[in-house]
Formats: sequence, C-alpha cells, structure tokens
Amino acid sequence: MSFSLLAAAADGVGGTPAWAMLAYLAAGVFFILALRGLSSPATSRAGNRNGMIGMAIALVTTLVTHDIANIVEIGIAIFLGAIIGVTIARKIAMTAMPELVAGFHSLVGLAAVVVGLAAWLNPGAFGILDAAGQILAVSRVELGLGIAIGAITFSGSVIAFLKLSGRMGGSPILLPGRHIINLGTLAGILGIIGYYTVSPNGGPGIGWEIIAITALAFAIGFLLIIPIGGADMPVVVSMLNSYSGWAAAAMGFTLGNTAMIITGALVGSSGAILSYIMCRAMNRSFISVIAGGFGAEDGAGSGSGEPREQRPYKQGSADDAAFMLEQAESVIIIPGYGMAVAQAQHALREMCDLLEEKGVKVKFAIHPVAGRMPGHMNVLLAEAAVDYDKVFELEDINSEFAQADVAFIIGANDVVNPAAKTDKSSPIYGMPVFDVDKAKQVFFIKRSMGGVGYAGVDNDVFYMPQTVMLLSDAKKMVEGIVKALD
Amino acid sequence: MDFISILSIFVLACFVGYYVVWSVTPALHTPLMAVTNAISSVIIVGALIAAAEATSPLAKWLGLAGVVMASINIFGGFAVTERMLAMYKKKEKN
Repeated sequence: MSFSLLAAAADGVGGTPAWAMLAYLAAGVFFILALRGLSSPATSRAGNRNGMIGMAIALVTTLVTHDIANIVEIGIAIFLGAIIGVTIARKIAMTAMPELVAGFHSLVGLAAVVVGLAAWLNPGAFGILDAAGQILAVSRVELGLGIAIGAITFSGSVIAFLKLSGRMGGSPILLPGRHIINLGTLAGILGIIGYYTVSPNGGPGIGWEIIAITALAFAIGFLLIIPIGGADMPVVVSMLNSYSGWAAAAMGFTLGNTAMIITGALVGSSGAILSYIMCRAMNRSFISVIAGGFGAEDGAGSGSGEPREQRPYKQGSADDAAFMLEQAESVIIIPGYGMAVAQAQHALREMCDLLEEKGVKVKFAIHPVAGRMPGHMNVLLAEAAVDYDKVFELEDINSEFAQADVAFIIGANDVVNPAAKTDKSSPIYGMPVFDVDKAKQVFFIKRSMGGVGYAGVDNDVFYMPQTVMLLSDAKKMVEGIVKALD
Repeated sequence: MDFISILSIFVLACFVGYYVVWSVTPALHTPLMAVTNAISSVIIVGALIAAAEATSPLAKWLGLAGVVMASINIFGGFAVTERMLAMYKKKEKN
C-alpha cells in the first residue's frame, strides 16, 4: 500500500508533477519566513530575501512545468514589469509610500481579474473542466469570488490612490442611500455567482454573468471608498491589502496551487489584523469606518456647525522653544501627518542630534494611526536616520509623559486631544491618546490656529498654561530651532 | 488536489498568518504592507498559465497583461521593501 501511495505521489495530482507541488509548498514556506523576519528590524532584510527566493521558486516551477508556447512574449512581459516596478521603487519619495502601496494593491486586484477572465476563456489550461466539458461548479464559485474580490480591490485602490496622492479631495463624498446601494450591489454579485454555479450552461467563454459580476464589483469598490475621509485611510489601505490577499487565495483554489493559497491566507490575515489595529487605535468599529462619512461636514459631532469660542493661548518663537528644549532633561517628540506633509523629518533629526549633544534625552512617540498608513511615521523617521530604538509605540511610552520635561508635538493633533479621554460627546471619545497634558511643558507646532484636525474637534491642549503654540510651517519652525540651538 | 485538502491548507495558513503577523513589530508595518503586496503577486502563476497557452488568443493576451501587472508588483514591491528596510538602523557613528 505504501508503494502505491508513493507511486501516486510521484505522479502528482491533476497533471502537476509531485516535485512541482513540493516546490510550490516550499515557496509558501519562504513567504511565511519573509513575514516572520519582520518581527525585528535586525532580521527584516533576511526576511525580504526569503520572500524573493520564494517568488523565484514559484516562477521557475511554473515556467518549467508548462509547455510555454510564447516564452519570448512572456519574457518581454516580465522584463517590462520589472523595469517599471524597479524604477518606481527607486524613485518614490518615502512620504508617498501610502499612495504607492494603494497603487500596487490595484495592480494585484486587476491581475486577479484578468487571470479569472482568462481561466473562464480557456478553462482547459487551468484543469478545471469536468467530464462533460463544463467548468466545475466549485471552480465557478472560486472564479466568481476571485474576480469579484479582485475587481473590488482594483477600483477601491484606485480611489484610495487618487485620494492619497491628492488628485481627488480627501473629504468624504456621501451619496444619498449609499448603504442600500452598496448592500444591493453586493447581494447582486453573490446572486449572480450563485445563479451561474447552478446554471446548466457552464461552458468555456465569457457570458453575461461574468461581465455583470466584474462590472458590479468594480462599481462597489468605487462606491465603498468614495465616502471614506482622509483620516480613515490607514484602515482603507489595510483593508484593501487584505482583499488583495483573498483574491490571490481564491485563484489559488482554482489552480490548486499551495503557494498561492498560503500567500493569499497570509496577506489576507495581515491586512485584516492591520485594519483591526487601526480601528482599535481610533476606537471605531470596522463597520463604522467602512460605512464612511467620518469628518464630513454633516457628520456626527454636535456643535460642528457653531463657531468655536476664542480662548487665550500662548504663542512662542523658535528661539523660545530652543531655549526651553536645551534646559530640558527629557523630551518626547510626537510626529504626525503634518510632519510628513512639511517634509520636516530631516530637520527634526538634526534638532534631535543637537539636543543629544547637549545631554538631553530625546524619544519619539508614535500613535498607530499617525500618518496615512500603518507604520508610516516609523519609515519617515528611519529615512531621516533616527535610530529605531529611540522610537516608541503608544502603550510603551505613554506612562513617561508625567516625567517628561517637554512634549514636542509636530503635525499631530487628534492623537494628543484629551477630549478623547473626558468628553463623551466628542467624535473621538474613547480613542487612546498621548497624555501630553501631564508633561511639564508642551510645544505644539501647527500651521495656524484655524484647522482643528481631521475629526473637526477643538483641542484643549492648545489652551493649557504649559502649552506654547509654535505657529508656522513645521519644517521652517524646526529649522529655526536648529539654528537657535547651534 | 481535492477541495478538502486545499481548504485544509488554506485554513491552517490563515492561523499561521494570524500568529506571524501579530509578531511583526509596529515599526515595520509599512514594509509589511509592501512585502505582502509583492508576495500576493504570486498570482503571476495563474497569469503565466494563461499566457503560455496559444489556444485562446484573448486568454493569452489577458494572461500577458496579468504577467506585466504582477511583475511590476513583484519587482517594485521587493525593491521598495528592501529600500525601506535598509533605512532602519541603530546608530553606527560614535
């Protein structure tokens, strides 16, 4: 019996030789190791190399096990993609990472759609025909779902890309009755997939059902992301990351390919976990983010229409800040999206170096939703050559504000707003925030007193007696402080 | 492979993904997204199969388009991840 099992294993299943199935499994294991490496910056580069090895194995295995009639064209296609990809990767500014990732997601989604359509046109090549020459029912479900998720990923990511790169306004666009439209469209997609699965006409070729699934899924991706505002983009980018994984997994089911299934599951869970972390950091449910409209003019939040009262605040100059920072023993810097917009990270690192030369202890505190994607601030600080062991997460550093001499806020706002702790009517109530009000002295760099963060709420930190507002462009202000320190 | 075997691999891989991703340090969440992007382009396997066959010209061209898109992602994703990770340093001066 063991002999027949071995013989069966050597033959492989469904025309794929056993060694190829093992190679795809190995590729999947290398992908797991790639993510495992990211548990620490020290092992991360080795992890990335593992990812490349896994991909090389999967590519070579596929090319070797198939009769490639168009090897030249395929070579050109890979070469073209490689040139474009590497060029973009080299040139992209680190501040533009969120839109780059959104753009890449859209390509995975579209690739899933075209692979799904190709499988429908030529199911024989994918080994998904039954004895009667029809596409297997289970493959119809997988392909339908794969195309639908891929199309949602594509159109959603395109909108996210346009919003993140500023080509489209960041504020939410609210259609009346959008929830009903969205649910109806979703039900339509699932209904057509169900109908097609049991339909007697499941032969090769693209029928109206496939066109309808693809078109409706493109539409729903568009409709889902349009009403979501700029501050919720970290959740959206994470969610689309997750979808791109599920799309790959669905195609992996169709092909019975372990590398694709393992990868799809990894990426799908990764995006889902990141979405969860982002939602938790805003104390908002995933559903409420996806339902959209946060930060809209007519959104939640009482009193957003009435004019805010004028309260007294202290304003300072770069010289004042430099003087106080020099005297301090410990400084905690809280960067936010405004730092990225102003490209102030390099000047900030210079300031940090000068302070350390004078014996001041400097730490960076990063909120999970600072920036436009998870970990965005960390990358920008790394780019400016800030040591990563000086950079701390919210829960690791929040208890230290009580001992800190200076909290230095640059381009952040909602993440330091004490209303999240005290004001139940505030739209950001319950969001974990930095306890900057406990620091002896607070410097708050802000362009003007006008804007009040994405949640559209006023911030009591502005008016605290120990707060000095530094009203200027973040980069100019930090450069001024650097000059004064020198 | 039969559906149940594939489903088993998928479910177990979801659990592996769950634990591996929670162990990723938050400082590396942006590189995590970039690298997951690159590896999810393993979908190129499907695009290659479609592009390799000459029996359906439309499927072949769709496949080739998929190969280009997935390649942009694979090469771009790994390259940009490498570029980011190279920036994460402890102080080497002093």
